[in-house]
Amino acid sequence: MTPDAAAWDALRLSLWVAVWATVLVVPLALWVAWVLARREFWGKALLNAAVHLPLVLPPVVTGYLLLMAFGRTAPFGRALEAVGLQLAFHWSGAVLAAMIMGFPLMVRAMRLAIEAVDPKLEEAASSLGAPRWSVFARVTLPLILPGILAGTVMGFAKAMGEFGATITFVANIPGQTQTLPSAIWSALQIPGGESQAVIMVVMATAVAISAVLLSELLARRVAARIAGT
Amino acid sequence: MTLSLSLSHRFADFTLEIALDAGPGITALFGRSGAGKTTVINAVGGFLRPDQGRIVVDDEVLLDTDQGIFVPPHKRHLGTVFQDARLFPHLSVAQNLMFGARYAPRGSAGPGFDDVVALLGLEELLGRAPATLSGGQRQRVALGRALLSHPRMLLMDEPLASLDGPRKQEILPFLERLRDGPLGLPILYVSHAVDEIARLADTLVLIQNGSVQAQGPLFDVMADPAAVPLLGVREAGAVIEADVIAHGTDGISTLRVSAGEIELPGVQASIGARVRLRVLAQDVILSLSRPKGLSSVNVLAVTVDTIHPGDGPGAAIALRAGSDRLLSRVTARAVAELGLVPGLQCYAILKATTVAPGSIGR
Repeated sequence: MTPDAAAWDALRLSLWVAVWATVLVVPLALWVAWVLARREFWGKALLNAAVHLPLVLPPVVTGYLLLMAFGRTAPFGRALEAVGLQLAFHWSGAVLAAMIMGFPLMVRAMRLAIEAVDPKLEEAASSLGAPRWSVFARVTLPLILPGILAGTVMGFAKAMGEFGATITFVANIPGQTQTLPSAIWSALQIPGGESQAVIMVVMATAVAISAVLLSELLARRVAARIAGT
Repeated sequence: MTLSLSLSHRFADFTLEIALDAGPGITALFGRSGAGKTTVINAVGGFLRPDQGRIVVDDEVLLDTDQGIFVPPHKRHLGTVFQDARLFPHLSVAQNLMFGARYAPRGSAGPGFDDVVALLGLEELLGRAPATLSGGQRQRVALGRALLSHPRMLLMDEPLASLDGPRKQEILPFLERLRDGPLGLPILYVSHAVDEIARLADTLVLIQNGSVQAQGPLFDVMADPAAVPLLGVREAGAVIEADVIAHGTDGISTLRVSAGEIELPGVQASIGARVRLRVLAQDVILSLSRPKGLSSVNVLAVTVDTIHPGDGPGAAIALRAGSDRLLSRVTARAVAELGLVPGLQCYAILKATTVAPGSIGR
């Protein structure tokens, strides 16, 4: 029992999409988490609700909304296509879908980490003459690193497993937009496709477990450094 | 170096209205918890924007609410030592110290890394993580970190309040070295412990209910009978200077004050050293004639200066002893019975006297 070409393609595409989605969304998630944790402003509850929307909406609805906004005839879609970027029915659309679906998970983890940092430490840093950006880079960031890692892994795992919004927005074209979950679903629709489905299930599980183990390892290192052992 | 500030800030339950000046040396801000001391530190450090106010250090305006001037904390070049040390938990002791040094203004004068490590005795701690340090060690590191940022002034917000007696004794000598040493760094020192202030301060500012009640040189304010209720009747008492002239083999040392000699046990300072003596008002007994057959030998001839009746049955008596001033707390009835009036010559019996160890140096 060996993976066929379609299974390898799907794994490669899923990793590719998940890595891109994670890399692109981490800075944004960190910024939004920071704003939600530290700033008071009008409409904060609204922003918080918007961030969590993908978590509570049926993924198919998110995918459909993406299609309405970024489809080839939709306003954003047309504007982006004018600059040569097509999202609908393209792997880059899968990246966008994965970003949106993973976003709330990342923001939650990072926000908790930021809220756990004592602002008095930041005050102390600024009292020593550190400008605001240095305070963030040298004090806040190292202290929230475990939270960032946790959020990143969750976002990555979500991106690897995202199905509903992806299949609605970019369809299920083998070799182009067929991610691992889509491929598993397809394999299960074909008589005799079950053995390939099982192989891909093993692949997905292996990636997920490795991601969690890696983040645990990194988080433990950070924690050990803070405890001074 | 001078600091001049006036602040007005409304809190939920009281309003802070404060104006004070701090020059060289240690200026202590004393008040009970909730008197507004920390607010002053926070405003000077830039961690709080008061409703109204103006803060000037040397000739630089750090805050002027009328003109909309607010210099952010990192541009103020003031070192702050907080009550809770606030060491960065992810950095070692050495890295915490380097953090201070990193942001010292370019070309600024001030102690180097090795100087600070030696001054504060941090050699053994450099590789340790803050989580493994004792409270006293943490405060020493926090102090070193602030010194390395080459501040023009140190702000200290109850740096010893979270420490027990022995840990306090571990830090106090370093603060004295800082005051007397070549750094000559001015310090704004907030505390609600009279013993710390008696030992360290050059200038004393008393705060109560959000406003300044008294300010001036430490020896003057501590000897002011009006300050007794502010300091607390048990804590009030003059601080005088004395020279150590002999150590007896029985553990009793002889010290010279301007009005004579006194004998005290447990004096650590070496012969010739000048020390501060804290004479609690409630430990000074007055006698019209020179007493005989007393177990206490510390008797000074004094002159009654002023009599300050309190709200209760007590009265605070300001005394002159040579060129020094003492405070005595007696009952109003005793004032009448002894016929105490300003100018009266009498004798003060010092029941107990605390030596603030360490030299005064100026």
